[in-house]
Amino acid sequence: MTDTYAQLVNQGLGRNVARRLGLPQPAILRRYEPGQPLITGPVLVQGDTPGADKLAAELLAWDLDVRRHAVPREKLGAIILVLDEVARPEDLGKPILTVAASLRDLGPGGRAITVSRPASGAATPAQAAARQGVDGFLRSLAKELRAGATGNGLLLAPEVETTSPSTLAAIRFFLSGRSAFVDGQFLTVSTTAGEPPRNVEKPLEGRIAVVTGAARGIGAAIARTLHRDGATLVLVDIPAAGDHLAEVANEVKGTALQLDISRDDAGQRILEHASQRHGRLDIMVHNAGITRDKLLANMDESRWRSVIEVNIAAQLRINEALLASAGFRSSPRIVSVASTSGIAGNRGQTNYAASKAGVVGMVRATAPLIAAYGGTINAAAPGFIETEMTARIPFALREMGRRLNSLQQGGQPTDVAETIAFLASNAAGGINGEVLRVCGQNLVGA
Amino acid sequence: MSIDGQTTTGPESGTPAEAPAPRLRRAIIVGGNRIPFARAGGAYAKSSNQDMLTAALDGLIARFGLQDERIGEVAAGAVLKHSRDFNLTREAVLGSALSPETPAYDLQQACATGLETVVGLSNKIKLGQIESGIAGGVDSASDAPVVVSEGLREVILDLSRAKSVPQRLQILSRLRPKDLAPLAPGTSEPRTGLSMGEHQALTTSQWKISREAQDELALDSHRNLGSAYDAGFFDDLITPYRGLTRDGNLRPDTSLDKLAGLKPVFGKNLGADATMTAGNSTPLTDGASTVLLASEEWADARDLPKLAAVVDAEAAAVDFVHGKDGLLMAPVFAVPRLLARQGLSPADIDFFEIHEAFASTVLSMLAAWEDEEFGRTRLGLDGAFGKIDRSRLNVNGSSLAAGHPFAATGGRIVASLAKTLHAKANAEGRPVRGLVSVCAAGGLGVAAILESL
Repeated sequence: MTDTYAQLVNQGLGRNVARRLGLPQPAILRRYEPGQPLITGPVLVQGDTPGADKLAAELLAWDLDVRRHAVPREKLGAIILVLDEVARPEDLGKPILTVAASLRDLGPGGRAITVSRPASGAATPAQAAARQGVDGFLRSLAKELRAGATGNGLLLAPEVETTSPSTLAAIRFFLSGRSAFVDGQFLTVSTTAGEPPRNVEKPLEGRIAVVTGAARGIGAAIARTLHRDGATLVLVDIPAAGDHLAEVANEVKGTALQLDISRDDAGQRILEHASQRHGRLDIMVHNAGITRDKLLANMDESRWRSVIEVNIAAQLRINEALLASAGFRSSPRIVSVASTSGIAGNRGQTNYAASKAGVVGMVRATAPLIAAYGGTINAAAPGFIETEMTARIPFALREMGRRLNSLQQGGQPTDVAETIAFLASNAAGGINGEVLRVCGQNLVGA
Repeated sequence: MSIDGQTTTGPESGTPAEAPAPRLRRAIIVGGNRIPFARAGGAYAKSSNQDMLTAALDGLIARFGLQDERIGEVAAGAVLKHSRDFNLTREAVLGSALSPETPAYDLQQACATGLETVVGLSNKIKLGQIESGIAGGVDSASDAPVVVSEGLREVILDLSRAKSVPQRLQILSRLRPKDLAPLAPGTSEPRTGLSMGEHQALTTSQWKISREAQDELALDSHRNLGSAYDAGFFDDLITPYRGLTRDGNLRPDTSLDKLAGLKPVFGKNLGADATMTAGNSTPLTDGASTVLLASEEWADARDLPKLAAVVDAEAAAVDFVHGKDGLLMAPVFAVPRLLARQGLSPADIDFFEIHEAFASTVLSMLAAWEDEEFGRTRLGLDGAFGKIDRSRLNVNGSSLAAGHPFAATGGRIVASLAKTLHAKANAEGRPVRGLVSVCAAGGLGVAAILESL
């Protein structure tokens, strides 16, 4: 599961050879570790609206080194471009060209973040054009950034401010190493809900979380990340994976629940276990998933049915049980793992893509239902992640999968886990019904 | 201490203050965990007792979130044990996710080891000496100790005491080629030289247990265990190990025809009367099991389940050496004594778990209990002890199907029975009782009563 090529081109001879031959040079990404500063280097907040001023003031209160004007040739940690009041496409030029001069000063692992409004709520066609323009701009900028720097955008619903709890939570996430493999993406903050974390090192402290498919791979990484962030864990996997599940449970000091989630009573069993041991359930992470790849012409019923059953039907049933339960009422959070296959499609994965696109549909439709209880439901959609599963892909295909994104490498299970931990946090309460891709801005599927 | 204000005793008098009467409280079963049992030489051929016991412990810890917990005491044992494993249980604890400050001890009572650890620890809990305990057992017939001959052993010991080269040479000259042959572990009785199977063949013949009855019991065991697996009964009782997710010996698709086709392996000197085959006898097995015991306060403080209470237990032994009773018949005496002490009759027991060392062991016991004369002359009753309702016997399968890693069998039975009792009590809204009986080498037997919570 190690990317030997990426290691090679990041040292001595390998680096020189790759540079001279013009080969891809994936950077070592800046990933979060507890105690690490949020970002190294000054943060340039560009924009002259009241929203920009308030955001800059808030970031100063985080003890960040905030600049309102670029100092030429001073290395920057991040550039935040506040475009919350653009009315016409012509309004984009000035702020964008102002930060253009600073791009060369953005350090390795730097961050570019736009803050704007969704085009759908625009008052005029011109405003919609300006707002939509940010989309094309940011996605292109993200492709131009190098050395592990990423670009992502925030879209704020009309009543949401640049300093609303979830706006700040998302900015903290995008600035930090937690978002290392999230690139070229937009995230909508739809409400002013969400509570700022009492302890930024332990944002999930006191929360009871269930993770399915936790015995290995991305699920085990999610368990470790939620544990690091302070959550108390119930880990679920099929009985046959119980030995790996027990290992992970003992590592993260949680409990192991051997359970096939496709059983009809799975939701009830999960609720019973969580309420007996912890009195309630706060966070449900639907990670369990299977692949049974075949070209559609060769697809049999069992391959199709088992994938639909585990990847989406089981989640729907469990959600139904959770939403009906009084034990799932304390700022409840549901986070699902979708897939870029469900967004862009993938040859040989008609069943898998149908199930994962189903997850996206489920997330959007469940959002208003869970909002009634002050909760949220969101999904992370991983692209190419270095797991036991992708390690089995033939070499050439695997290399393509790895390099065909803006960061020229596969993501780590922990990258998906960080996004899930963020979406599960109390601070992200204003983000609901969203699907955030963790794909390094994969070239397919936009 | 003072009586009418006249007698006073101080520390000088040498009369210690009277200890308060022990306050007995309930010892409860929270749950259990075992690894699937493997046939000897199979999936666990390269696993040691310590490996397997540690795996069973870690699965239990994961199930109940006991990481870093200081358990009152862990007791376990193995029947086939290497001399290096003198502190087997403590070593397994140190290798597990429990607090390293958890004390442990080893116990050995042949096949009753596992049940006896449950009895011992629950007694400590009842007395208030500990709040929590993990009982268990493990055995490997694959990784069994191989012993050097007596001749070689004496030479090696004498060599270590020799002081000069000529002395050493002289000692070495005593070695004979036959001394170099290793001794494989035997399970034959030291006082009779007969294997357990040969002993049971005598008992089987004495009680006239038919081949068909034995094969039927074996078939029930496989079917019951198989359907328990299919119903998910073991989802919270077993953690897979080394690629094994179900007991390796389980043959859910076996049939009376298949069982009838097997050749007798024990009692072959009985000729046509030989009835004991590989199908109706337990195979050599590797495996480990654990049971989490606690006071109610301890379980409540951690929001842990309370499945059943350990009510009482009784050990018995028989004089098999002089042939008065069969080697494995001690539970025939332990169970009536235990029920009498509790004021119970067989009709008061909802589930019987009688360890299937051999199908004919169970059937011989049932026959003895149904025998009027045996009841009068040997059990001191007015007549027969009673008939055991077969629909209440080993309802989730037993050792014939699951296999029998000697010391691990008690823990397997106790955890499964506790879960069965709890479910039945919940369904019927009344207390439900279960009886466990385990026979053991040396003419030993241990029985225990569990009651639902």
